[in-house]
Amino acid sequence: MKDFTRLFFDIDATTKTTRKVDCLVRYFETAAPEDAAWALFFLTGQKLPRAVNTRLLREAIVEASGYPLWLVEECYDNVGDLAETVALLHPPGPTGSTRSLHDMVQEELLPLKAQDDEEKIAALQRIWKTLSTNERFVWNKCITGGFRVGVSQGLVAKALAKLTGLPPATIAHRLMGTWQPTPGDYLALIDPSAETVDPGQPYPFYLASPLEKEPADLGDRSDWMAEWKWDGIRAQVIKREDEVLIWSRGEELITDRFPELLPELQNLPNGIVLDGEILGWKDEAPLSFLELQRRIGRKNVGPKTLKDVPVIFMAYDLMEHHGFDVREHPQSERRARLEEILGTGTEHLRLSPLVEEPTWEALATVREKSRSRGVEGLMLKHKDAPYQAGRVRGTWWKWKIEPYTVDAVLTYAQKGHGRRAGIFSDYTFGVWDKGELVTFAKAYSGLTDAEMKEVDAFIKKNTIDRFGPVRQVKPELVFELACENIQKSSRHKSGIAVRFPRITRQRPDKTPEDANHLDDIKRLIR
Amino acid sequence: MLLQETKLGLYCPAGDFYVDPYRGAPYAVVTHGHADHARWGSKQVLTSASGKDLVQARVGDKTAVQGIPFGETVMRKGVKISLHPAGHILGSAQVRIEHKGEVVVVSGDYKTLPDATCESFEPVKCHTFITESTFGLPIYRWRPDEELFADINAWWRECQDEGKTTVLFAYSLGKAQRLLAGLDRETGPILVHGAVVQFLEAYRNQGIDLPFTQYANKENAQAHKGKAMVVAPPSAMGTTWMKKFQPASLAFASGWMTVRGGRRRQGLDRGFVVSDHADWDGLLSAIDATGAEHIGVTHGHGEVLVRWLREQGKDAWKLGAERPEAPREDPGVEE
Repeated sequence: MKDFTRLFFDIDATTKTTRKVDCLVRYFETAAPEDAAWALFFLTGQKLPRAVNTRLLREAIVEASGYPLWLVEECYDNVGDLAETVALLHPPGPTGSTRSLHDMVQEELLPLKAQDDEEKIAALQRIWKTLSTNERFVWNKCITGGFRVGVSQGLVAKALAKLTGLPPATIAHRLMGTWQPTPGDYLALIDPSAETVDPGQPYPFYLASPLEKEPADLGDRSDWMAEWKWDGIRAQVIKREDEVLIWSRGEELITDRFPELLPELQNLPNGIVLDGEILGWKDEAPLSFLELQRRIGRKNVGPKTLKDVPVIFMAYDLMEHHGFDVREHPQSERRARLEEILGTGTEHLRLSPLVEEPTWEALATVREKSRSRGVEGLMLKHKDAPYQAGRVRGTWWKWKIEPYTVDAVLTYAQKGHGRRAGIFSDYTFGVWDKGELVTFAKAYSGLTDAEMKEVDAFIKKNTIDRFGPVRQVKPELVFELACENIQKSSRHKSGIAVRFPRITRQRPDKTPEDANHLDDIKRLIR
Repeated sequence: MLLQETKLGLYCPAGDFYVDPYRGAPYAVVTHGHADHARWGSKQVLTSASGKDLVQARVGDKTAVQGIPFGETVMRKGVKISLHPAGHILGSAQVRIEHKGEVVVVSGDYKTLPDATCESFEPVKCHTFITESTFGLPIYRWRPDEELFADINAWWRECQDEGKTTVLFAYSLGKAQRLLAGLDRETGPILVHGAVVQFLEAYRNQGIDLPFTQYANKENAQAHKGKAMVVAPPSAMGTTWMKKFQPASLAFASGWMTVRGGRRRQGLDRGFVVSDHADWDGLLSAIDATGAEHIGVTHGHGEVLVRWLREQGKDAWKLGAERPEAPREDPGVEE
């Protein structure tokens, strides 16, 4: 527990990736396999079923600290993280636990699930007493399943690659499968001689970077392939040993949620892995992401949903062919093979067409029509690009269309969590409708720390009302918000729903009266 | 009421003086030399003898500053005024005000933990205690100085092992001197930012034992690269002044570093939890030790401390708000 806690806080203390990798290497070098397995499990963001809910956590700390619930809540409001609040409120304990991570998980964490509330509270309090403040925090994170530390899967893969001498892509690939946090699986993950891959294991996705320069700076148009940038669910289709699996980018198996895709995917030959996008599709055109969202959370899809939001798989890359990893082959060759496999496509399994405009200028012109096509812009892929792991700049660019912008008034605010704990950073914005401000969007990002501090000070001085942690603010500050898509919605009071709203800048030059009206926004709906 | 809240801050009508007025006043009792307490432009100022130089530097040359030893009484229009150590920074004082048998103590800023660079906090019996509550939440809990300095000195040595200059950000008056005094003098040379230098003399003049320090200019930065500890105010963070120390490891020393979000927002390598204010337990023990029946709370999380004290059966209110009526002894009396 001591070493793992130290690892967590070492990683947490730095923003430099090289340093994070060093910390990880140092930990995995000396960790026993049974501890390393669990460390890997938590660091890669995997979760155990939640054993203790936040109500129990609160009850346990109220008793252990002797502070009333209202005081715990006041502290939570200022800390922004319940696991941390609990760790800080508990009377100080020893300087460190002598028990291993593996021991704590096996002997304390896993049994919690089966206990009743009273036993859980007693167990929490007994364990808290044996831990230092930092250990208490890490432990609380483990049991509440909210373990987030600033390392990506790629970073962990990099560290293990450094430790083992294996290529990071190999580790990343092995990490994607369904390994268990056992010493055996951990040793297999880092085994330099092993070559076998679990037949269900997906490849890490290659993520494009936003194009920040002019496309002409990329060089010759003829060296690049252009495709539409689809706005759906990124997914990987695996067909191996007569079985079809669909993985989401979040490494979730989503095969069962899209039954209409399966018959055609079953017809693919064995030893094939496709990269593409699941899209809502009607009348030969994509449905908006907001509609597709209705399919995401559902495990059991009813006939009505199937009819309202039919989906297709739009394939655009090939990672495995005839059972061989073809990721190192150039983009143009993978494309040629993909066309060979899919031909002109079938009803539910489509081939993402190339956008053939011969010059950058001509491409720019068709890109302007993206919104009416229901796409987000263009993808530019170098013809020699290998299929890389994670976000690697240079050969895959997304050239998105400019977002919609709306001027809206700050109406409510709430304190943030994590890095923004204790600061008013989560905002609600309103636009005008019949002389009143109606809530139009919530946004959490887009301001610099310094700007956020200023807004924080404004909110503290201009609170009109409080609803629990939410402050109603004097409607005075105007912000420009950007969003990707705007659509009618019966669930929202404003009658519209927006996708990915974020703050682009403050508009000190505008008064609240200058903010947009709901009707202006409704006109943007395509 | 012996003290009133006015636009200029706490005012004693009987003695016709202010305590830490927000602007210049005809007669001010000033608890300590931090800029939010010692404002420029008062005509006459009363403060502690050991804090006099620090206060004088803030209030300006035109102000007559009288420094009195702790415990000594000054009479003003029949009101007895005396100062008692607050343990916040050098010379920081609590103000005891007595008139016709009623005693009020204004704490100013204070901490209850010992500090080698200033006089230790002394509880003073009173009827009414006006306390600060900058860190008035139970999540704030300070560690003993030995532990803290062991950590800071160990970090300094780690930085040296990595060939990095160590930069510690801390408020230039009080915190910086306290940290300097705790640094291990054997580890390496100690450099200080100009904002810190200006207060060192006042400390040394009062006999405070501080290590040998050098001004953190370009030459010294170069000469002691990878070895030195640099103590600088937080305002130096991210400025071009910092460039000469590269490669450097940076840390902030503040009570606010308790919370992970606060540490992460700074984007520094380390955050050391250290404060010159009282932590939650410090506030409660200080309040208790005064024996006061009435407790006024200023600064920070005032509402929280007030509610807690009331739940413990004390008469507490938050300054800056209307003081509520004391609860009646017998609720049955109400019609």
